[in-house]
Amino acid sequence: MAATAGATRTKVGTWIGFIVILVWCLLPVVWILSLSFKGPGETAAGSPQFLPKDWTLQNYRDILGFGTVTPGQESTHKDFLDALRNSFGIAAIATVLSVIFATLAAYAIARLDFKGKRLVLSLALAIAMFPVVALVGPLFDLWRTLGLFNTWPGLIIPYMSFTLPLAIWTLSAFFREIPWEMEQAAQVDGATSWQAFRKVIVPLAAPGVFTAAILTFFFAWNEFVLAISLTSTTSSRTVPAQLSFFVGPDPFNPPYGLLATASVVVTVPIIIIVLLFQRKIVAGLTSGAVKG
Amino acid sequence: MVNIVKRYGDGFPAVNDVSIDVQDGEFMILVGPSGCGKSTLLRMIVGLEDITSGDMVIGDRLVNDLAPRDRNLAMVFQNYALYPHLSVYENIAFPLRLAKAPDAEVDEKVRAAAKTLELEEHLERKPGNLSGGQRQRVAMGRAIVREADAFLFDEPLSNLDAKLRGQMRTEIARLQKRLGITTVYVTHDQTEAMTLGHRVAVLKRGVLQQLATPRELYEQPGNLFVAGFIGSPPMNFLPATVEGNSVKLPFGTVQLPPEKAQKAAGKGLLMAGIRPEHFEDASVKTDRASGSTFRAQVDVVEWLGNETYAYIPFEAPPEVEEQLRQLERDLDGESLHTQLVISLDGASRIEEGEEAEIWVDGSQIHLFDPATGENLTVDHERAGRIPTLAMAEAAEQPSAAG
Repeated sequence: MAATAGATRTKVGTWIGFIVILVWCLLPVVWILSLSFKGPGETAAGSPQFLPKDWTLQNYRDILGFGTVTPGQESTHKDFLDALRNSFGIAAIATVLSVIFATLAAYAIARLDFKGKRLVLSLALAIAMFPVVALVGPLFDLWRTLGLFNTWPGLIIPYMSFTLPLAIWTLSAFFREIPWEMEQAAQVDGATSWQAFRKVIVPLAAPGVFTAAILTFFFAWNEFVLAISLTSTTSSRTVPAQLSFFVGPDPFNPPYGLLATASVVVTVPIIIIVLLFQRKIVAGLTSGAVKG
Repeated sequence: MVNIVKRYGDGFPAVNDVSIDVQDGEFMILVGPSGCGKSTLLRMIVGLEDITSGDMVIGDRLVNDLAPRDRNLAMVFQNYALYPHLSVYENIAFPLRLAKAPDAEVDEKVRAAAKTLELEEHLERKPGNLSGGQRQRVAMGRAIVREADAFLFDEPLSNLDAKLRGQMRTEIARLQKRLGITTVYVTHDQTEAMTLGHRVAVLKRGVLQQLATPRELYEQPGNLFVAGFIGSPPMNFLPATVEGNSVKLPFGTVQLPPEKAQKAAGKGLLMAGIRPEHFEDASVKTDRASGSTFRAQVDVVEWLGNETYAYIPFEAPPEVEEQLRQLERDLDGESLHTQLVISLDGASRIEEGEEAEIWVDGSQIHLFDPATGENLTVDHERAGRIPTLAMAEAAEQPSAAG
């Protein structure tokens, strides 16, 4: 009896723990969600209540540009949608390039014995340790000279460089896990090295590839310091940077509702991507390679 | 069809000057204790390991510098190396897909292979959901759809449990016989070597010791190593001196056939090798004409029903004992006592601790040179090929081991 009582108590305790953590993590999210449905009158109030009194979609209208737009916010939606497009483009291209380079580099590191392998790995790590802020100044100067300032490549290149080290480390760990024999078997079966890599090694490392891709995409999607410093117009400004340009008619009252709405809109793709990739990752992990 | 001459070395020569000529359709076994270079040799055949020197010839084509895919060989790996992201069907079809075979042909061949291996109901499953034996069969399926020039097996049964191993062994033998395809099979298990092979190549530290049929290996071992490696329980080695037509063993004197005695005459202290089954309880043995008897103290008796193993400890001179220790190390074993293992008839009534009269068949005694390990009494006509280099290497073995 004592044992079952103890087990019940443990269970209850676990659930209480879950709920505390859940509330702790989700409260800000819910707060933003609730803000996005509030009108400007409610957000400007001294002590706003948690849930909106009058649910309104006006913020979404202003941001996405459908229906009647609040006077004075006519250009907001155009800028925001441009920024959204930039964010998508830049993050996607940076991710694809980073994953491709990281896959090739990690494969070489895991499989080949070459001089300076350790050096490459430690250099990669060292790059990841550089604070972004320290590089903004020089990059700004360099990009101005090279004509990369305020362009997509101007953001893609630094995003790629900053995410490559982590991607290489993640992927080389995955590649090391794959038995050599798989590749040798493929070669004996008549595959070229490239075919063996593409048809056997890459599918097996898929969970690693997706992990690397998610990390890279998140970094590029959320990055702010470089985005605000290396862009000047909406032709290449990404969403996090664009948000800082949201100003309402009153400079002392930032448009909280609009900011919250924009945050919600940029979070949705992230959630979708995570759910999509997560299924892939699980599928990749549930198969046995050799005798297990 | 296959003619292999090769030499290999990277500081330590893993495979040293091995020449083996595998006939078309032959089942060739490479056997030896771990680290003898047998797997390396196989991987050189298939092209996964570089050949330092020497020639690898398949058919009449020199393949030394060809990539594995250009050698048209099929290999079954020790851990099967199935592709976990592909179904059983696609695993078997993989080589055909790489060869860009049309779908109809792929389907036909895969179904045929699956039928041969009784894998039909598993075709859509993933390798991760299969048992060890099934995975093994899938790996074999992948090899047979290829219609390769030869099959190479790298210890394919070592990951299976004992019962399954026996079944798969028979299965491999049957498959090989039916397909009639040249096969090279690497194992450390002497049962597999003896039962599967047409011919067996025994390797030690990268050096070919003897290349012969299983029967020849058993009856005419070329040296101490082969004699000790083949057979279970292993051959007994006793210090011996030949005097005239008889040999003096720790237990007594045994009559030798004159031709054997002649070969070993005047060599001083020798090593006598006698298989356990060439002893018998003298009271059970009715026909004692061909052998001699001696009396000895039996230490331990293991009665198995059809036969009895009896253990008789003996004292060996340090010279011989050192040699036996070395031999044990080469064979991956570790024996604490110098003892005689004898296999008696199940009807034997010998008790533990009793002094018994034992009969030994003098005509079946092998005499080895303790320094070189060479079998002095080997019948070269019936012993297959014993490379002379093996003798020289055997002579160096105490220094090499140090």
